[in-house]
Amino acid sequence: MTILVFSGLLFVGALAAGLLGSLTGLGGGVVLIPLLTLLFKVDIHYAIGASLVSVIATSSGAAAAYVRDGISNIRLGMFLEVATTAGAVGGAFLATYLSTSVIAIVFGVMLLVSAVLSFLKRSDNLLTGPGSKLTRILRLNGSYPTAKGKQDYTVKNVVGGFLMMNVAGVLSGLLGIGSGALKVLAMDNIMRTPFKVSTTTSNFMIGVTAAASAGIYLKRGYIDPGLSMPVMLGVLAGAFAGSRILTKTSVSTLKKVFAVVILLLAVEMIYNGVNHKI
Amino acid sequence: MKRVQDQDLERIIGQLLRFGVLLSSLVVLTGGVMYLVRHGYQLPQYGVFRGEPDKMKQPAPMWRAILKGEGRPLIGLGLLILIATPIARILFSIVGYLLEKDYLYVLITGVVLVVILWNI
Repeated sequence: MTILVFSGLLFVGALAAGLLGSLTGLGGGVVLIPLLTLLFKVDIHYAIGASLVSVIATSSGAAAAYVRDGISNIRLGMFLEVATTAGAVGGAFLATYLSTSVIAIVFGVMLLVSAVLSFLKRSDNLLTGPGSKLTRILRLNGSYPTAKGKQDYTVKNVVGGFLMMNVAGVLSGLLGIGSGALKVLAMDNIMRTPFKVSTTTSNFMIGVTAAASAGIYLKRGYIDPGLSMPVMLGVLAGAFAGSRILTKTSVSTLKKVFAVVILLLAVEMIYNGVNHKI
Repeated sequence: MKRVQDQDLERIIGQLLRFGVLLSSLVVLTGGVMYLVRHGYQLPQYGVFRGEPDKMKQPAPMWRAILKGEGRPLIGLGLLILIATPIARILFSIVGYLLEKDYLYVLITGVVLVVILWNI
């Protein structure tokens, strides 16, 4: 297989990953790394580097639209980025000390968690009122546009959410994924922000979190241009196409199928990690 | 009055992100075409991790290699622009919060910037 064919296949694979990731809201990174390591036999360090780059591209591209519409809570995002970037730097350092087998196992477990979370029903929160003293000092309470006009909301459990974001950051830096599932979990279930706000604010934060670890990966030589090129362009094109389709189709069946695929990939990653095949 | 300024900030951030992603994709695509024209017939070797030479990581050697017409460093430049995009977004936010006189958020955003730049 020549580089031309290899790049072409990677582009198609990344396109599918980006499309599915954006349609299901799970992000492209979760299938990208198993695809690269299991199917294309790429070293997991290179795979993480390429995935990290694509994560920055898709999150920045999507965030541009959400920020403009005023749905993302930028102050909340900025504040929580302190936790995620610090975590991401720690995770990226950890990645250089852990063996590839251990990284594969952690990745597999993370995939399992993401798949299970995607089956759980998300509850839409709407807390109003003045909120705690801390949320008022940090000005984290916000509002977002709805069909009926501007809706105000309150955020709670700032400290708990901050700690959870720190964990999400470590995993993002270690595994080269956006950790969108954990970020949404922290905001939905701990901080009780409305559904739309957690999704878009999480997306807004992913780019900065990934940039924090990307610097370290770049310095270590984990980001290979030849590999990253088809992967980044493919994921970006797929995610863009996905965002166009998203408004027109129902995705609940697709989401279930995708979750099963992720479960299988998780088992495969863990199996290979335990047997030191990765 | 303050609310209007927040929205201005949001619009600029949105445009900045879009521009950064678009520019980096174009540079990566150009570099990719050059790379495939020069090396497309060779065999890929990503099974073993080897690390990258300086011309893929540091701006000065990277630039010299690009001027020689090499594709891979040009892709590398595109990737640098991409990584710089969220960082530029943080810088803009700091300026925005300064203009809004929201010093708490100047501090918070500044901490995020320091954490990132410390490690590059």
